Amino acid sequence: MASPRPQIDRPIFSARGLTKVYRTGEVEVYALRGVDLDLAEGEIAVLLGPSGSGKSTLLNIMGGLDTPSSGTMHFRDEELTRFSERQLTAYRRDHVGFIFQFYNLIPSLTAWENVALVTEISAHPMKPEEALEMVGLKDRIHHFPAQLSGGEQQRVAIARAIAKRPEVMLCDEPTGALDSKTGILVLEALSRINEELNTTMAIITHNAGIQQIAHRVFSFRDGRIAEATVNETRAKPSTVTW
Amino acid sequence: MTALSVLDRKLARDLARLWAQVLAIALVMACGVMTIVIAVGAYRSLDETRAAFYERYRFASVFSGLTRAPLHLREDLAAIPGVSGVDLRIVKAALLDLPGMAEPATGIAISIPDRGEPAVNRLYLRSGRLPEADRTGEVAVTEPFAKAHRMTPGSTFSAILNGRKRLLTVTGIVLSPEYIYAIGPGDMVPDQRRFGVFYMPRTTLAGIYDMNGAFNDLVARTQRGADLNVVSDRIDAILKPYGGTGTHDREDQISHAFLDNELMQLRAMAVVIPPIFLFVSAFLVNMILTRLIALEREQVGLMKAIGYSSLDVAWHYAKLTLLIAIIGIIIGSLAGNWLGRGMTRLYATFFSFPFLIFRQSLDLYVIAAGVSAAAALAGAGRAIWSVVRLPPAVAMRPPAPTQYRSLFAGSAGLATVFSQLTIMALRHLIRWPVRMLMTTLGTSMAVALLVTALFSFDSIDFMIDTVFFRTERQDATISFGLERSPRALQAVAAMPGVIRAEGFRAAPVVLRKGHRERRLAIQGVMPSPDLARVLDEDLLPVEPPATGLMVSERVARLLHLSIGDRVEIELLEKGHRIVEAPVTSIVQSYVGLAVYMRLDALDRLVGDGPRLSGVRVSIDRAKLDDLYAAVKETPAVASIALQGVSRGRFRETIGENITIMTTVYTLLAVIITFGVVYNSARIQLSERARELASLRVMGFTRGEVSSVLLIELGVIVLLAQPLGWALGYGFSWAVVRGFESDLFRIPLVVERATFAISSLVVLAVAVVSALIVRRRIDRLDLVRVLKTRE
Repeated sequence: MASPRPQIDRPIFSARGLTKVYRTGEVEVYALRGVDLDLAEGEIAVLLGPSGSGKSTLLNIMGGLDTPSSGTMHFRDEELTRFSERQLTAYRRDHVGFIFQFYNLIPSLTAWENVALVTEISAHPMKPEEALEMVGLKDRIHHFPAQLSGGEQQRVAIARAIAKRPEVMLCDEPTGALDSKTGILVLEALSRINEELNTTMAIITHNAGIQQIAHRVFSFRDGRIAEATVNETRAKPSTVTW
Repeated sequence: MTALSVLDRKLARDLARLWAQVLAIALVMACGVMTIVIAVGAYRSLDETRAAFYERYRFASVFSGLTRAPLHLREDLAAIPGVSGVDLRIVKAALLDLPGMAEPATGIAISIPDRGEPAVNRLYLRSGRLPEADRTGEVAVTEPFAKAHRMTPGSTFSAILNGRKRLLTVTGIVLSPEYIYAIGPGDMVPDQRRFGVFYMPRTTLAGIYDMNGAFNDLVARTQRGADLNVVSDRIDAILKPYGGTGTHDREDQISHAFLDNELMQLRAMAVVIPPIFLFVSAFLVNMILTRLIALEREQVGLMKAIGYSSLDVAWHYAKLTLLIAIIGIIIGSLAGNWLGRGMTRLYATFFSFPFLIFRQSLDLYVIAAGVSAAAALAGAGRAIWSVVRLPPAVAMRPPAPTQYRSLFAGSAGLATVFSQLTIMALRHLIRWPVRMLMTTLGTSMAVALLVTALFSFDSIDFMIDTVFFRTERQDATISFGLERSPRALQAVAAMPGVIRAEGFRAAPVVLRKGHRERRLAIQGVMPSPDLARVLDEDLLPVEPPATGLMVSERVARLLHLSIGDRVEIELLEKGHRIVEAPVTSIVQSYVGLAVYMRLDALDRLVGDGPRLSGVRVSIDRAKLDDLYAAVKETPAVASIALQGVSRGRFRETIGENITIMTTVYTLLAVIITFGVVYNSARIQLSERARELASLRVMGFTRGEVSSVLLIELGVIVLLAQPLGWALGYGFSWAVVRGFESDLFRIPLVVERATFAISSLVVLAVAVVSALIVRRRIDRLDLVRVLKTRE
């Protein structure tokens, strides 16, 4: 895949000196130690690193699920780190799509309804069936999560995340619970959305294979970005193996 | 802590962690224990106190009134096989003139032997001494009356005895097993101020009433095992020539009958109320334990994998259940003991006992504890059994995903009606129909309890309205000591302040149809009565027919009478002559066993010419005092019942009782509602924390996320309302049927406001319970919830 790397002159996310300290009893644990990061619109960024290296904390702060101990995080021109609880809820609602390792679908809603859950509260959503078609699940629309395979469930989660046409998708181990064949289907869906909707994506993974589809790869160690590499030539999801 | 096994430490921590839910369940259980302890405890206290009083003070088992008989019948009467003691007394009604009280009070004068104690119905001397025969005007008065008038030995008051006003001196304050519940003639509730019983030596009373060597009342005790019917027949045979009105047993003795009624109510409470709480707590235990075990599935697997037996693990969860039960039992026992004592003390003010036996019977607590623990374990049974059956390898894998029904699925039409959040709530609801049904039923019990408590206000109001404003519309009822000629009516009508006067006649009879019979009084009423009206079953006034009986619905039911039937009437005061009359209508009456007849028809039936037993009057209130003064000076008047005062007392007494009952029931309903709704919300939250957190992550606000839970709770609570109304109506019906006795009957009236108030209370508690849980939704840890696998 030879799409040009998005330009960073107008970053969609901009982090400066992000630090997060968790206090558990008497012990202070540094999850982030002064991270600076800019992500461009339409960029796919893969965050790599061992557990506890800070990548999930960063993703949560980007998604408005957590707040840093110090430092700032901007989303376009707005400083997320100054948002109130209510503003963060609205931010998640209007701009962010999440994908988690364990799908987090609502078991009592069908695939279609899980997607409709989000489109009901969005300003310019796609139709639920449209979103499901994009992830190749058009014929499983009225199935409950319990009637779907893991890969299918994760694709419903993706459909749910993209249906509101978010500017940002934050994915925490999206293929972590999947075998490689279904994992590839998920990756295909993600990169297709990136191309068609120009959605910025931050993907956490332990899976080194996935980094081949990213524009940039950030390696985390001890709460810092240890290394950032640019993929000059990105692989197609179908060619990725792990 | 070192003494505790590791599993017990886990247990202690579980208990500490689940404290709110544990307490909510324990409180519901406590209500069950408490009601058992109170109802059974009060029942036993009352029953044993009464039995002890009866036994020690030789309460009679056979009673008979008569006109006048010579005392030498004593030997014949005492010789009847089975009779162990007999007292031949003089009993006379008298008007009392009390200092500081304009309205006349009614008294009953009873003779006691000049020396020694009566053989039957002995007196308990609270203070002072019994009156002596050679000192005139000495009396002993009953305690409630003395208390109401602050009488002590040495106090004096006037009574009109045999037409003459006499000054009486109180020598002693006494209690009698005959007047544990003392109610004046014509009154509906006891009024200690306006009704008193006083005892005078036989010689003195005989002198006043010209009854030397004679008696007009018999009370007798029978030996254990004696056939009361045989004894009664023998007594009746002896007394018949002397105007004997026929013997009756304790069932027809007013004081005894009222106590029986009270005991019956307590028994009903002990049978009906505790099971409700035990059922609800069993269900709650089931709900919480099922969830706890689902959450600890992997721990169960682990425990089994490392060598704990299924029994060990089951016992671990059974202990949790038992601990909840123990907390409930302790709270319930303490509250029950405390309230039980209070209730027994309340009885002491209502009933006159010389002593109170509040027995702390251990067996009662053992039974209450056993039943509650059993209910809890029954509730826990299924959940614990699932632990026993779960193989460790299966336990350590996550459970199979929950299957939902495709209600509404695929129909875009419905999806546009309900939001996805609503659909989530509804699907979750019908996913566990049994649980939903139980939760609804539990909540509806709270509504039903409230309806059952509150309907009494409606019914009593209705009863007061009917009795005092539609039927007995007189201001006062004047009763003569002896039947008078109709001229007495003119005399009463001429008294100061009397606006309207209606004469009546009361003829004591035994009404008989086939083998069924009832002792009662036929009331002769004037044609087109305005004060004492007779109401048909639709509560409309009916004109008394020229002949035949108007029989109240209860009498008709008891004797299986219908219109057109001829009944046999035994005239008790007329030598037990037997006559017959047809039933011409069925009428409504809430008090006593009412049978009416037109006055002239009754006169013809009795056959001794026109006679009046008393007069009902309406009074010009401005001249009330003049009337009272005139009545006190009228020898023929034996008693006067004041309907206005009666009505006030009635409301007051009943009102007090109902207020206490309503408070208790409201508290019980609040506890049930809280127990059910709070636990149900907590379980839901536990099951759906992940879903709700997902919704928050997707950008749903706290309010929207809470709505998923609240809709589900709301549906349950709303469904519970009509069900609760229906159950409450049923309970109320049962209460009305249970309270129905020959003394009175409560109409079943449930106003819409009662349903509304019941629902509002339950809804308010439900909202508060839900809001407590909502705070937990607000504090959901989004990140942590999402990172974990369910």
